[in-house]
Amino acid sequence: MSSFLSYLITGISLGSVYAIIALGYTMVYGIAKMLNFAHGDVIMVGSYIAFLAVGAMGLPPILAVILAVVVCTTLGITIEKIAYKPLRTASPLAVLITAIGVSYFLQNMALLIFGANTKMFTSLISIDAINIGDGTVVVTGETLVTILACIFIMVCLTLFINKTKAGQAMLAVSEDKGAAELMGINVNGTISLTFAIGSALAAIAGVLLCSAYPTLTPYTGSMPGIKAFVAAVFGGIGSIPGAFIGGILLGVIENMSKAYISSQLSDAIVFSVLIIVLLVKPTGILGKKIHEKV
Amino acid sequence: MKKLNLSKNAKHDLVTYGIVVVAYLVMEILMKAGLVSSLLKGLLVPLCIYAIMAVSLNLTVGILGELSLGHAGFMCVGAFASAFFSMCMKESAMPGGLRFLLALIIGALAAGIFGILIGIPVLRLRGDYLAIVTLAFGEIIKNLVNVLYIGRDVDGFHFSMKDSLSLNLGEGGKVIVNGAQGITGTPNDSNFTIGIILLLITLVIILNFIHSRTGRAVMAIRDNRIAAESVGINITKYKLMAFAISAALAGIAGVLYAHNLATLTALPKNFGYNMSIMILVYVVLGGIGSTRGSMIAAVILTLLPELLRGLNDYRMLIYSIVLIAMMLFNWSPKAREFREKYSWKRIMKNGKKEEV
Amino acid sequence: MALLDVSNLGISFGGLRAVDNFEIHIEQGQLYGLIGPNGAGKTTVFNMLTGVYKPDDGKIELDGKNITGKKTIEINQAGVARTFQNIRLFKELSVLDNVKVGLHNHHPYSTLEGIFRLPNYFKVEKEMDERALELLKVFDLDKEADFLASNLPYGKQRKLEIARALATQPKLLLLDEPAAGMNPNETKELMDTIRFVRDQFHMTILLIEHDMKLVSGICEELTVLNFGQILASGQTSQVLNDPQVIKAYLGE
Repeated sequence: MSSFLSYLITGISLGSVYAIIALGYTMVYGIAKMLNFAHGDVIMVGSYIAFLAVGAMGLPPILAVILAVVVCTTLGITIEKIAYKPLRTASPLAVLITAIGVSYFLQNMALLIFGANTKMFTSLISIDAINIGDGTVVVTGETLVTILACIFIMVCLTLFINKTKAGQAMLAVSEDKGAAELMGINVNGTISLTFAIGSALAAIAGVLLCSAYPTLTPYTGSMPGIKAFVAAVFGGIGSIPGAFIGGILLGVIENMSKAYISSQLSDAIVFSVLIIVLLVKPTGILGKKIHEKV
Repeated sequence: MKKLNLSKNAKHDLVTYGIVVVAYLVMEILMKAGLVSSLLKGLLVPLCIYAIMAVSLNLTVGILGELSLGHAGFMCVGAFASAFFSMCMKESAMPGGLRFLLALIIGALAAGIFGILIGIPVLRLRGDYLAIVTLAFGEIIKNLVNVLYIGRDVDGFHFSMKDSLSLNLGEGGKVIVNGAQGITGTPNDSNFTIGIILLLITLVIILNFIHSRTGRAVMAIRDNRIAAESVGINITKYKLMAFAISAALAGIAGVLYAHNLATLTALPKNFGYNMSIMILVYVVLGGIGSTRGSMIAAVILTLLPELLRGLNDYRMLIYSIVLIAMMLFNWSPKAREFREKYSWKRIMKNGKKEEV
Repeated sequence: MALLDVSNLGISFGGLRAVDNFEIHIEQGQLYGLIGPNGAGKTTVFNMLTGVYKPDDGKIELDGKNITGKKTIEINQAGVARTFQNIRLFKELSVLDNVKVGLHNHHPYSTLEGIFRLPNYFKVEKEMDERALELLKVFDLDKEADFLASNLPYGKQRKLEIARALATQPKLLLLDEPAAGMNPNETKELMDTIRFVRDQFHMTILLIEHDMKLVSGICEELTVLNFGQILASGQTSQVLNDPQVIKAYLGE
């Protein structure tokens, strides 16, 4: 029973990281109607920045995180400006291929700059582990911080979208770009803001991910990125609470299958979940149906 | 304005076949003359494999208009299904030629069936989903193959998902599929000539498909789904058909792959997501929708890095930049204006589109 | 009995009643107009008639057969073809191939016959080419048969859409704003073509149009929609002189 509980908690922690990444996918999808394949690789960039900031520059962890957030935000906005903005009217296929190109570009740049060697990431979190129930269940500082960070981000983001003008503008743009523009909303600015927020979250996710799983390579971001997309689809793409629920569920499913079925098959199980969800409810748990105008 | 006419399609196809035949003859002559390095010789069958992969993916991406990121997964299915069959038949009295022919059919069928299984739930959905589900499928297949153990003894076949010991093989039993170690000892039935023949067959199937009633329906769906529905085209049926044929042909490439190597394993390198992307790069660079272009791009991009070893570190980086640049050049409003101005480029672009 | 019998048709989107209690009866061979201000629900009616939307209430009968809520392809096979307000051609296909896609269900051969180029392939393809060229000739498009559809000028694209719809051998042809974006000369030519199609193919035609000259010139009967409801219905001249209709179009 106690081992079940600790698998559950680490699952929720992993799921929290997925949820934070999935937010970036879901927001960008909601607003730009595109699957930003490069999102996972922004995570990797964020992790490398934090790694360098602590290791090479000797910055304190909190500054390292801030630096990673700043760099990733800039990166996200730049990617959008250079690669995606000119393709607003292009076919979805062209946009998707471009996003794949960007993803590969980031991976291979990292490969050239940092090399293929695995870097051992030192955790940026220095909080002691907590024992629950006579020390049978141990919750590490990383786990705790990850879960709390996810809840904090979720609350802030919900407040931001519902209570601020910029947040309302995002909702308007995701509903109808043309109408939002006619109402005087700066559509390009809003899209940039979305990419900025998504990329900032990716940086945080990168730091949390590498604190818990301390190996860093140029490909670190791609698998979690893809799984987070699965989480976003699971929860209902375009929905923020959906990303949260989908992320947590997926993390728990992955950790449980690792523990009780087979660690080699856990990825296969996660991906099977995606296929089953799309079979049963293609719009995901909280997704809306989209009508095509004829 | 650009003209298309029927006999031109036929001529265009013939030129494509001609290119393959001429390339084959030139290589054969060069080999007879002893002018081909062993490095290049080793690349001949892979060239055929990648060319088949590229033209079959082009059927999904260029003709059906859906993005598949799991094409290597279908190749993997074809490779393992056919290698398993050949291993089982290796000691039987069956002649090698017949065995390979059957292996081809089995590989293609297995991959095609997986194409249908994946296509049924997913082809109803929007394009982005297809991309991610095919990617997921490729990873699932790779994972499953790596934990699959199959052995045979006098009692018949034994399966396990744990390890080779739990197969509980009897006396004289043999492990055929050995988990992450894959299949060892597949008969080496493929060679350059067979590769070229299979490439030609693939081209005939794809080009004839495109220029038939069915291919027209598929392209109509690509161009405008709602209009296609309004003239009575069964969307699901034709999408599924194109997708399954594309998968089956990838299966053929897999058969060729499996029978060209002593050991067949499923690694990220050969059947993973990266390979699928690699094939996609061929299709994009060859001009999406152009069968001949996909084939030529596959050959050039396989040869180039081998001939220019020094570029190896930068290869993927260059591909990624080219991928982005191609899309921006084709679609961004500014690039379009530029092309309007310099109309010869426009002619080139239209010419490319027509090369189906 | 009318060819198209629609009664009590209605649909809601969210809380909005887009079309309510819609009714129309069109006789075989009639040229019928559906008019109304923007946003009145005309295209929504078309979308229900062709199965793009499933109506919430009501009944649609074509030639005595109930087609309510059927799928688009079933409705097309039952004999309804349409064109679109925002032209929807198969842009990367040739003009000829656009029509051949329309002929798809009436000139079958199997995929295998196509891949292996069996005799039936050549025979049926030849039939299709001949039939498609005949249709293109009607619309004076035969010289452009080999052009890519997207390279046709606007007016000809609209005509090609009609040719493609006719290729499916419908009993009822729905035209959604066929004259949109055409100049007066093109519109006049289109009027002649529509009349010709009706006479030559014994077609029944229901069209949505804003161009009053076209409507009064060729439609025998009209139904006027306003805010999703029928405002008036009957003989063209009568309807166009209805004070309510004039008010809806010109405002107070």
